[in-house]
Amino acid sequence: MKIAIASGKGGTGKTTLSANLAHYAAQTKNITLVDLDVEEPNNNIFIQGNEIEKLDVFRPVPVWNKDACILCGKCTKWCKFSALLQLIDEILVLPELCHSCYACSELCPVNALPMQDWPLGVYNHLKEGNLDFFYSKLNIGVEQAVPLIAKTLKNIEELELDKELEIWDSPPGTSCSMLEVVKNADFVILVSEPTPFGLFDLTLAVESVRHINKPVGIVVNRYGIGNDEIFKYCEKEGLPIWATIPNKREIAVLYSKGELIYPHIPEFRAELDKILDNIEKIRGEQ
Amino acid sequence: MKEIVIISGKGGTGKTSVAAALATLVKNQAVVADCDVDAPDLHLVLSPTIKKREDFYSGVKAVIHTDKCTHCNLCKEKCRFDAIEIVEGKYRVIPLECEGCGYCSYICPVETIELVDEKVGECYISETHYGSPMVHSQLGIGADNSGKLVAKVKKEAKQLATEKGIEYVIVDGSPGIGCPVIASLSGADYVVFVTEPTLSGLSDLKRVWELTNKFQIPAGCIINKADLNQEVNNSIEEFLQVEGIDRLATINYDTDFQSAITSGISLIEHDRTKWGKVFSEIWNKIN
Repeated sequence: MKIAIASGKGGTGKTTLSANLAHYAAQTKNITLVDLDVEEPNNNIFIQGNEIEKLDVFRPVPVWNKDACILCGKCTKWCKFSALLQLIDEILVLPELCHSCYACSELCPVNALPMQDWPLGVYNHLKEGNLDFFYSKLNIGVEQAVPLIAKTLKNIEELELDKELEIWDSPPGTSCSMLEVVKNADFVILVSEPTPFGLFDLTLAVESVRHINKPVGIVVNRYGIGNDEIFKYCEKEGLPIWATIPNKREIAVLYSKGELIYPHIPEFRAELDKILDNIEKIRGEQ
Repeated sequence: MKEIVIISGKGGTGKTSVAAALATLVKNQAVVADCDVDAPDLHLVLSPTIKKREDFYSGVKAVIHTDKCTHCNLCKEKCRFDAIEIVEGKYRVIPLECEGCGYCSYICPVETIELVDEKVGECYISETHYGSPMVHSQLGIGADNSGKLVAKVKKEAKQLATEKGIEYVIVDGSPGIGCPVIASLSGADYVVFVTEPTLSGLSDLKRVWELTNKFQIPAGCIINKADLNQEVNNSIEEFLQVEGIDRLATINYDTDFQSAITSGISLIEHDRTKWGKVFSEIWNKIN
């Protein structure tokens, strides 16, 4: 079963929950943790392990072949992403804007735009006991996170690991990169906090996840700050609250040092148990 | 005109609280632009009244008109995004998967695939509760042109500033280092990083700085929740010094941030004596 941990607002505790839940569950189960927040991945701060594999990830983009090109300019008209520009006597390729659709390359009448690999980021596979941990890091300056997310998930699928549970740490927000993660998951946990910012961004995230018909459970983090509006909203919308994590300075301090929370704070571990119970319940229903 | 962009790499460090505080400090000297387009929260503090609403279109989606379709399968074969499926014998585009490259439409032998302009979101030109112009937006669900929407919001904000003779544009950016952040940085005059002394905060700050450096924009940093971890705080300060990033302020963990957000007001409006001083100093260092 694949569980995406997402949120509308950034910094609500997605990574804290993902790393702790995966590490805790791996004490008794076979677990995969995947950090798909490829722009700013941080699970690797909390999870160590032996390196199994490290790969550069590429994406195909066209390369201009000066000798073959007849400067007909058709490619620049086809490209919907403005990744090709025609200058006086050359075609300029902007790989960061390219979506790798192959249209220019395959339609070029003189085959002057062959596709070549262009680096996107780095994929890592580590292992600690029952836990297989993956994270990918986008190269600085690369605009699109989606191709790296898709490649990471594809690589993992091809490994055909026999896992009881896969935990996917999603990027924040509600745009294409978040959707790329949640659309491939079986279930989505949305982490939020009881402030007007947390609530507003949660409503956007719920709308997005419902749009693609994925079941949702809510985790309220930093309980004690803000107000009760988030609980009223969840009740009204029929959204199940799976756990409520208290706002505690000790949690923030452990996090700041890159330490896992659950070995130190029993209250936090009890909330992880609630989440795992809920996961078992939905597994049973499936 | 000077454009000041507030970003953080990591989410939840207090970016929007800082943007709102600066905006309410300088009031009519700045146009405010919320460029965190897929989690926009600034309106919850600045309570804008919408004056003008505009649909924003960017890119296309393919639509197959099945009446002429000959089931040649070429579109499905060529689509690199697996965005074409066959439902009850009919070819159909899955909108969420379609990247809008147009390839299917170019190669369809009977020209029955249309490319329809895609509505990415809405852009609003508004007036804040204290009467200054604000530009904000709402991105459509799962839309993949967030960078373009950011560029649109910034363009509108700059235009308003020019028209009204306003000196500053304050931009609230989004977390991460991808397309919306790149679009926020493009054309900016000064970048304010808001970070926190956690290993994640530091790691994300380093990555977003590396990106900012490519644009050669001067930058300053506010360390929020500074007393959370002295050691990491020292590492951040050292990093700022080595990289030549201005140290704008060090703010200890303060529940005023949450209280202000919960009341829907800025830190300045929450406690003018205390926060007015902090943010005036920051503003002076930026300028």
